[in-house]
Parts: sequence; structure tokens; C-alpha cells
Amino acid sequence: MELLTQYGTLFLVLACVFGFFMAWGVGANDVSNAMGTSVGSKAITIKQAILIAMVFEFLGAYLAGGEVTSTIRDGIIDPTALEDNPQYLMYGMLSALLAAGIWLLVASMNGWPVSTTHSIVGAIVGFGAVGIGMDAVDWSKIGQIAISWVVSPLIAGVIAYILFSSVQNLILTRDDPFARAKRYIPFYMFLVGFLITNVTLVKGLKHVFADSGIKFSGVEIAFYAFIAGLMVAAFGSFLLSRIKQDESADKNNRFHSVEKVFAVLMVFTACSMAFAHGSNDVANAIGPVAAVVGVIKSGTVTAKSIVPSWILLLGALGIVAGLATYGYKVMATIGKKITELTPSRGFAAELGAASTVVLASAAGIPVSTTHTLVGAVLGVGLARGIGALNLRVIGGIFMSWLITLPAGAIMAIVFFLIFKAVFG
Amino acid sequence: MKNPVSELFGKSPIKPLQEHMLLAANCAARLDVFLTATLNGDWQEAEETYNAIRELEHQADHLKRELRLNMPNSLFMPVPRTDLLDLISLQDKVANIARDIAGIMLGRRMVVPTAIEADFVDLLTSSVRVSEQALVAINELDELLESGFKGREIDIVFEMIRTLDDLEKDADRSEREIRHKLLAIEKDIPPIDAMFLYKVIDNIGELANTSQRVGSRLLLLLAR
Repeated sequence: MELLTQYGTLFLVLACVFGFFMAWGVGANDVSNAMGTSVGSKAITIKQAILIAMVFEFLGAYLAGGEVTSTIRDGIIDPTALEDNPQYLMYGMLSALLAAGIWLLVASMNGWPVSTTHSIVGAIVGFGAVGIGMDAVDWSKIGQIAISWVVSPLIAGVIAYILFSSVQNLILTRDDPFARAKRYIPFYMFLVGFLITNVTLVKGLKHVFADSGIKFSGVEIAFYAFIAGLMVAAFGSFLLSRIKQDESADKNNRFHSVEKVFAVLMVFTACSMAFAHGSNDVANAIGPVAAVVGVIKSGTVTAKSIVPSWILLLGALGIVAGLATYGYKVMATIGKKITELTPSRGFAAELGAASTVVLASAAGIPVSTTHTLVGAVLGVGLARGIGALNLRVIGGIFMSWLITLPAGAIMAIVFFLIFKAVFG
Repeated sequence: MKNPVSELFGKSPIKPLQEHMLLAANCAARLDVFLTATLNGDWQEAEETYNAIRELEHQADHLKRELRLNMPNSLFMPVPRTDLLDLISLQDKVANIARDIAGIMLGRRMVVPTAIEADFVDLLTSSVRVSEQALVAINELDELLESGFKGREIDIVFEMIRTLDDLEKDADRSEREIRHKLLAIEKDIPPIDAMFLYKVIDNIGELANTSQRVGSRLLLLLAR
């Protein structure tokens, strides 16, 4: 390919810059949504939240982000339709990144509840369907993704509902909630450890440790995840043992000390939330970059290869940069607004959302973390845990779907045509 | 910047509702000081206390309006909207009655006849105690919410409301006794004064009654 030898480096740099821009946007805005619940419930400070987010977003992206990245890279556009013109895929992916990035910036400035996932998927579908041809888009996959956008908040809601109901039945409605909280909370911690280790081992090993030839069977993975869960629970129990009951504060609110115990648990679920977010949303920025890099390296579109680790690293770094430069501001405003989420409620919402997102990541389905979290919060509300929920937000979210998909698509089409006109 | 997660939370009515009851109960509690002042003939002090009560009642009114405005239909709450609105109305009534009692007594420079003085103090104290107990019960609302209106928390609130009912019965008994004694001496006091004495006694009884109804409303929230 003449074009590739001439402009290969340029495209590579462009892809990295656009990808980093997009990842920055995810870190600046999306992460704050995911972590805001922890900050709002006063379980952790903003500084701690940023630290946790940096570490676990990175781990999530690096260890479990490969699957969704592949979907974004070559799951939506059918590569066989592009065999003759591999450069089109490259233009398209760059356009999609640019379109989604700009759309996110506009939306964030206007305060619309849009999702990074929806913008990038909309943009990719847009350039694929119009720029290349209707056949180029894998419509069955799109259908699957679209359904998951409705289903994931529902599943998260159900899990959160069950979790909070279990907390009510096991702890809050009993005679000595404090002692019971200390007894049962390590079990929830175990769940967090088990879940994350499981997904990491199943998905992460595939691309990160693939070279070293380490392979585990399902039983082995379950065993290691079980051990890891126990270790997390033991560490958590140690932290819990230092929490003392505050009799005087309990006179005002009987659950004061109990909530302090839940605050410890919330640190763990905050980690899982950051991990889940990293595993799913980094792909939005990284998938298109991976596609561009694939074309440049091989000169074809059909060569299936593992997503290179350095690209995942790029995305993870972008997220951390976004968080450090801008995300903390957003988090500060959200944290002040969410006072309804006490630690006992917040943990149920976070764990419900995190487990749904992590499972979606493992299946390679790009879902919206924010919308999943909204579903989970509603679930806790239905379990009679939250004073008041503003149901209008649900309408706003539906509207954002209707607007974001065409907006991303149209912009991507325009950019695609420009690229095509300039480079041919 | 708007944000779907934080936007999701409407203003919870529970905290303001509890603050409102605190204001109402404070109105009633000041009646103790007010009565002592009038019995000592210290109308200066009585007027100051009345003004303080009126100020509290104003604040309660303001909070009530805020609460009503912040309860749109699109708000999803764990308790029925109508029950909460009823609860606010009743709580507000407690504040209003307290203000009226002080208002009438101050306006007429009412002197309680020595023969029924002890009973009058007794009636007012027991009535104020009912409103205090209503506040105690309302203060459990946030804990009730946290535990999803079930389990042990319910028993605690039931117990509080049982105490509330007992206190109201005490106030009722005091009211009967004082009416009895007033009947015996009413011929000796100017008729209009007697009329207003009956009126104030009525109001004090109503204060206890309304406070008790706050508790009954709360019970209705638990009945599911």
C-alpha cells in the first residue's frame, strides 16, 4: 500500500492523539460518575477516590479491557467488506474517535447525560453504514449491543435490589445491627474479591500473559478467585475490627455506627467500580486506535490479532490524565450533591453496577457504566432505601440515546468524507 | 454541569419533615415559659416569649411551603405523597395551636384563677409532653427509611406511639378535671373571662390531640 508507507506514521500519531483525547474525556467525566457515589456517601475523600480510580481503572483497562476493545475494533464493522480498501477503515475509525470526542465535549458542556459508549458506537455505525455501505455493519451485533443498553441497567437494578434487601434483612432490621454488620460484611467483601479475580483471570490472561503461556482451567480459576476473595475478606475483617461503636452518636441516629462499618465496605466496592469502568469504557477510546494500528501494521483489515498491550496502556494513561486534570472537579460537585446515598445504600448500588459491567466486559459488550449505575441506584430506591428519586432523569437518559446515536453518526460521516477527499 | 447520577436524587422530604416537627414542638415547649411568666404577672417576659413562638411558627410555615413545592408528582418516594402532605398539615397545626394559645392569653392579659392554677399548669405540661413525644416518634422516620419500614425498628416506633397515646390520655384526664373545677367557680368570674378560659383550655386539649394524631399518621405509614 503506497498510502500506508507514505502516511503511516501520520495516521499512527493521529490515532494516538485522538484516542488519548477520547480517553481523557472518559477520565474527566465518566469516571467521576462511577466514583461519585463513594464520595457522596462520605465513605472516602475525593483524594482517596482519585487514587483508587487511578490504580483500579488502570488495572481494569489493562487486565480485563481486551474483550470490549476487540468488539469496538472489529465487531461492529464487518472487515471483509473492506478488503479492497483497508484505508477506509482507518479513516472511519479516526473520524469516529474525533466525532465521539467532540460530541462528548459539547454534551458535557451543556450538561446532557450522554454516554461515551453510545457516542462511539453511534459514530462507528454511522461511518460504516453511510461511508462504506449498509452491508459493512454487523447489524446483528448492533442489535445485541442496543439490547444490552436496556438490559444492563435492569440487571444492575435487580442485583442492587437483592443486595440491599439482603442488607436490610440480615442487618438493618435486627436487634443489634452493629454486631451483625461486622459479622456479615466480610461476606460482601468476599464477593468483590471473587468477582474481580475471576474476570481478571478469565479475560486478562488472554492477552496480558498470553506470551508466557500460562493457562488455567475453569476449576483452577474458580479456586484462585475463591482464595483471593477470602484474602480480601480477611483484610476487610482486619479493617472492620478497628471500628468501634459510637454510643453517643447512635442516640441521634441508631445506624450511625453501622454506617461506619459499611463505609469500610464501600472502599472495596469503589475499587470494583473503578475496575469495572476501566474494563469497559477504556475500549471506547482504544478500540478504534487498535483498528488503525492493525491496518498500518498488516496493510489488511482481516488479520485478527490480540490487541497490543501498549494500546491498552495508552488508554489507561489517558483516563488517569483526564481524572487528574479535570475529573476531580466534577467529582467534587457530584460528591456534594449525593447525600441520599448512605454507605449501606451506596455499596449495594455500586456492587450491582460493577458486577453487571464486569460481566458485560467479559462478554465483550460495550455498555454504559453511568446508565448501569443509574439502574442500580433505582434498584436500591425500590428496596425502600432512598428518600426520593427523580424519575425525570430516566426520560432524559432515553432522550440522550435518541440524540447521541445520530449526532455521533452524522459527525463521523462528515469527518470520514473529509478524510476520503484529502487522502483518497 | 448536570450529571445523571446526582440528578437522579430528588430532595428527600424526610429531613425537612423532621425539622418541621422540631419547630412545631419547640413552639409548644415555649408555652411552659410563657405560662410561668403570665402567672407571675410578668407581661413583658410573656410578650417576648409570644414573639419567639410566633417567629418559630413563621419558620414552620415557610418550611411547610417549601416541602409542598418540592414534592412534584415525578418524585418517587418510599412513602405515599398524600400521607406525607397530611403529616405536614398536622404538624403545622401543632405550631398554629401553640401560637393561638399564647396569643389569646397575651391579648386578654388572662389571669388564671388561683383555684385552678395548679390544674392549669398540670394540663399545659402534660399537653406539651405529648407534642414532645410526637417529635421523638417523627425523629425515627429516617431510621425507618433505612430499614425499609420493617423489622425491629417498627417495634421501637410502635412502643413510642403507645407512650404517645398514654400521654394524650393523661392530658385528656387533666382537661376533664380542670373543666370540672372551672364549672364550680365559673359564677364567680366575669362571664367573658370564663368563656375565654374555656376556649384556652379547649385549645390546650387540642394541642395534645393534634400531637397524638401526628403519631397516628406515622402509624399509617407503617401499616402496609
